[in-house]
Amino acid sequence: MKLPLFFRSACVVAFVGAMALPALAQEAPDALVIRVSGEVLQIIRTDPKVQAGDQQRIREVIEAKLLPHFDFERMTALAMGRNWQKATPEQQKVLIEQFRTLLVRTYSGALGKYRDQTIDFKPLRGDPAATDVVVRSEVARAGQAPVTIDYGMTKTPSGWKAYDVIVGGVSLVTNYRDEFNEQIKSGGVDGLIKTLSDKNKAPPPKS
Amino acid sequence: MSLRIVTSLCAALILSACASAPGRVDDPLEPMNRAMYAINKPIDDHVMRPIAQAYVDYVPKLVRQGVSNVFGNIDDLFSGINGLLQGKLEKAGNDFGRVIINTPWGLGGLIDIASDIGVPKGNEDFGQTFGYWGIPQGPYLFVPLWGPTTVRDGTGTLIRVWYGPVGFIPNVPLRNIIYGIGAVDLRANALDASSMIDEASLDAYTFVRRAYLQRREYMVYDGKPPPEKDD
Repeated sequence: MKLPLFFRSACVVAFVGAMALPALAQEAPDALVIRVSGEVLQIIRTDPKVQAGDQQRIREVIEAKLLPHFDFERMTALAMGRNWQKATPEQQKVLIEQFRTLLVRTYSGALGKYRDQTIDFKPLRGDPAATDVVVRSEVARAGQAPVTIDYGMTKTPSGWKAYDVIVGGVSLVTNYRDEFNEQIKSGGVDGLIKTLSDKNKAPPPKS
Repeated sequence: MSLRIVTSLCAALILSACASAPGRVDDPLEPMNRAMYAINKPIDDHVMRPIAQAYVDYVPKLVRQGVSNVFGNIDDLFSGINGLLQGKLEKAGNDFGRVIINTPWGLGGLIDIASDIGVPKGNEDFGQTFGYWGIPQGPYLFVPLWGPTTVRDGTGTLIRVWYGPVGFIPNVPLRNIIYGIGAVDLRANALDASSMIDEASLDAYTFVRRAYLQRREYMVYDGKPPPEKDD
């Protein structure tokens, strides 16, 4: 049997492509977290502007390196809990945007305080076919028990995305659920939106 | 020191727990706690936080680390005791091992040699032991100058402070100085956390409460808390 040359080479390309694509698009969640944290820490350690505490630069790094790996819609929906269904699609859009801004602000403050701690990533356990996993890591601290940082991650068509960060057992999403609930109880969904956007407009608190 | 005040405060809190109308399940005393929070806030902003910040700014890191280590060495002893009370023999062994190593060779705990040679630091306390025994946390409490706690954890803290060993120092001024340094050390270690809370929270009271309760639950279950119900 003789196949035309172009067909054969097309087959080869398709085969190689099929091998390579899953590896690229579906980098394992723990590998993803290790790679991204490595890249971000590298920048924090070496970028002179970040070292000098330039918030603008720190924000740029977060936008470019971290944000693509977060699922803010899922995060906001989880933080809203049953209130998510009460919000209109427009309100949901604004909420996702405002929550995202708040988290970026908080993270840029926290990253500015990063010292040379070492992070130890735990191997992923459980079902390799799972679409929802927790990637675990531990940060060593001098003279204190290490603090755990876990990432709740979900598989999406565009790779694994984090939807929760759990520091020392404190889940970000759970913590905000109480806050959001309280705001909605007193001022409705619009009240929450107003509180979030006021908070985001205010200058970051000192000290 | 102010142990008696704290004790009577706690007694008052527990009594008022019975009197007040129930609000949230985990924070039935919310109105009173919020009032305590409001009292604490200016004291923290204008006294505790600036002192802790000055301590961090002007005292060399090596000295501060030494101070934390000395208090940490005492904590290790209590962590070991609480490990035993929960039947966690391996953890208790680590904690006692740390004390045995750090007290003589780390100059009274000043240098944490045990961590350097890979004996991990534990963090068991009486509140966790009570939780492990199945005692519920009871109402959430916010205590001025101390911070978030619960009836269960606060009772644990009182036991801990009672058995000191700082409380046994007969020289009262010296004892108070050590308590003072301990307070500054604790507050200084929480500086980053408190500025993060300012940055992240919509309502700091709610934020601190949820974070504290989540953290304690996690500690009681040694990092494997049962999955929480959604809403």
